[in-house]
Amino acid sequence: MKKGLKTQLKIDETSSSELNGYNFAYLDEGTKRMIRRAILKAVAIPGHQVSFGSREMPLPYGWGTGGIQVTASLIGPDDTLKVIDQGSDDTTNAVSIRRFFSLTTGVKTTERTSMASLIQTRHRIPETPLRPGQIIIYQVPIPEPLRFLEPRETETRRMHALSEYGIMSIKLYEDISVHGRIATAYNYPVLVNERYVMSPSPIPKFDNPKMDRSPALQLFGAGREKRIYAVPPYTRVRSLDFEDHPFRIEKGERSCALCGSQESFLDEIITDDRGTRLYACSDTDYCQQRHMEGQRGSSPGIPLLAAKRFQRKD
Amino acid sequence: MMMNELITVQDLRKYFVLHLQGGVRLSVLNKISLSVYSGECLALNGPSGSGKSTLLRLLYSNYRPEGGVILIKHRQEWIDMTTAQSRVVLDVRRKTIGYVSQFFRVIPRVPALDIVMEPLLRLGMPRKEARERTEGMLKRLNIPGRLWAISPTTFSGGEQQRINIARCFVMPYPILLLDEPTASLDAVNRRAVMELIREAKDRGAAIVGVFHDEAVRNAVSTRMMDMKPAEGIP
Amino acid sequence: MASEDHPLLRATKVTRCFGKRVGCRNVSFDLWPGEVLGVVGESGAGKTTLLHCLSGHWMPSSGTVSYGDGKNGLTDIYEMAEPRRRYLMRTEWGFVHQNPKEGLRLRVSAGANVGERLMACGLRHYGEIRKDVLNWFHRVEIDQDRVDDLPSTFSGGMLQRLQIARNLISKPHLTFMDEPTGGLDVSVQARLLDLLKGLVSELDLSVVIVTHDLAVVRLIAHRLLVMQQGEVVEAGLTDQVLDDPQHPYTQLLVSSVIQA
Repeated sequence: MKKGLKTQLKIDETSSSELNGYNFAYLDEGTKRMIRRAILKAVAIPGHQVSFGSREMPLPYGWGTGGIQVTASLIGPDDTLKVIDQGSDDTTNAVSIRRFFSLTTGVKTTERTSMASLIQTRHRIPETPLRPGQIIIYQVPIPEPLRFLEPRETETRRMHALSEYGIMSIKLYEDISVHGRIATAYNYPVLVNERYVMSPSPIPKFDNPKMDRSPALQLFGAGREKRIYAVPPYTRVRSLDFEDHPFRIEKGERSCALCGSQESFLDEIITDDRGTRLYACSDTDYCQQRHMEGQRGSSPGIPLLAAKRFQRKD
Repeated sequence: MMMNELITVQDLRKYFVLHLQGGVRLSVLNKISLSVYSGECLALNGPSGSGKSTLLRLLYSNYRPEGGVILIKHRQEWIDMTTAQSRVVLDVRRKTIGYVSQFFRVIPRVPALDIVMEPLLRLGMPRKEARERTEGMLKRLNIPGRLWAISPTTFSGGEQQRINIARCFVMPYPILLLDEPTASLDAVNRRAVMELIREAKDRGAAIVGVFHDEAVRNAVSTRMMDMKPAEGIP
Repeated sequence: MASEDHPLLRATKVTRCFGKRVGCRNVSFDLWPGEVLGVVGESGAGKTTLLHCLSGHWMPSSGTVSYGDGKNGLTDIYEMAEPRRRYLMRTEWGFVHQNPKEGLRLRVSAGANVGERLMACGLRHYGEIRKDVLNWFHRVEIDQDRVDDLPSTFSGGMLQRLQIARNLISKPHLTFMDEPTGGLDVSVQARLLDLLKGLVSELDLSVVIVTHDLAVVRLIAHRLLVMQQGEVVEAGLTDQVLDDPQHPYTQLLVSSVIQA
């Protein structure tokens, strides 16, 4: 409450040319308060989906309206914001969202994971481990992990309430019977705090372990579906599996062509029209840090590409 | 009641109301009373329509009486079959009363051997032992081995009757109700059945039967009861 | 499991109305373990309504349905907490629908359909689930090769057998069946009935089976309820009711059967 008042004063002090006529972070204060209430409730019940009054945002559903609303409710003048899309700070969407917040808050932005207080992400978790005090906000398309087998909202709510998660096992069973292993590659369902089954958003299953007992606060926003859910710091997050088919991340033999990392999640990049490809870290910040420390991969000498990737835009 | 009395019937009345024929009432039994003891074979005598088969069916609880009491000694206890709960009646049929009816209702598709074995398996007898006993019984009744795995639907009347009998005698029931057990049988098989009845008597079973064949009746029964068609309107 | 002092299922004056229309009225009976109770009567007699009231799907307008759970004695199933009732519906009770498509997940493999109850009970070992599933395929005489096929590729008779396996795999104490042989070819019906008869005796199942086909109850039911216009007009052992029908409607029903 106090912070809100302080912000209010600061806003009045700030010239309108800086905020371009918008309220701080675009949303009105009443909406922010409503969303914060939803966030508190979500934090109190880890993994449980909380309804909220999703507002019309200046971009269509499916482009991150949920994540943006959560960020907008939390961001303050002292925050430092990082926005990534598929791990990269410089894709169109990440750039647009970052510019949106610059425009409506004047808040400092960064590409360095370690320097951000708020990180909004689509479909990846940064490689750099998060610290206590950091908040990561995931953009979520379909918050309901049971939706694929049970189309009725009334029924899925009941199933969560009564912990009836048998059908999740059916999905995993089907995978094993068809593919010989659990084939879900992303949006791999997890059990939060030993109670609620949750969709971690379409992050690759490679990232799932990072969610377990993370020191950071993890928030999830789905704008079109109007749901917010949360995983408080140090909460147990377990990926669902079978006893005889335990959850495993397959480590390939590849390493990043630019920085040589064998630990990070790699993107496949086609470099010419003859199908030549190389693999590079999906997390651009992480790759750049390693490169600056002198780590090199097998093809560091693709100067044009490397330069493009590491172009800093503060 | 004496120690070895197994069946007691008092003032039994049975009539049928045929609703589909204008509610016509057919009285069959009018205040029948009787007792049957262990080791006895009581033969019911009388013309057609005197209620002999009906009485057997009443004793088996296949028919329900309009009046009177039917008491059966079941595992040291007296059960009133007219008021007993369904599961008790079913238990009595499983363990105490064996019934050979006049018309053998064939259960389709079940092999003859399984039909005869079923009463034993139902009581938990191991399959091997049940099979041995069943095969022995079928041999006694001259059912050839090639028929054992076949459903009796295609059997002759006499063969079907012998399956019916085998199923009843394979278990040592304390009470046997026999309705024309030798009706469709030739001399050889008649003798086999008479032998079975004699053995049952010797081991203390109480038997109530209807035997049209006078020779058979005289040979197996220890007592006779005359029955007349019921008089008057109930 | 019921003990000696109380039945497995007790219906007391079960009545279910739809506005002014009576579905079923004043139905009372006890069902003990190992008993098969047949409910017969013409269409519209209230049999299916009764079945849904007994199985926890529809709450009666008046009257009670109590389930005999070994530990707690008889408990009114509609007084139970919803999680418990739903749990019982997934484990200790089975329900075989007349149309097997209503009782199966059509977009999921046959094997997953049969294994679902095991998974819902917390079994999380793929190998064991699969073994149990294949065992049941064998028991209901479905080719084990079909275990990963979708139900849409199965015939009507096979779907019904699949539904039966899906229900019985959790070894329910009490199973409800709504015209399980309805709509099937005569020979397919016969095979299904034989299967049911075998499973009933092998697993000592307690069943309430609704049907309009007297041949079905003659074959597998120990006891019968005859319903007409929502009420039970006659009750007793199957052979009692069919051989010595007392009520006019029962006599009509029995005499109407055409012998093959």
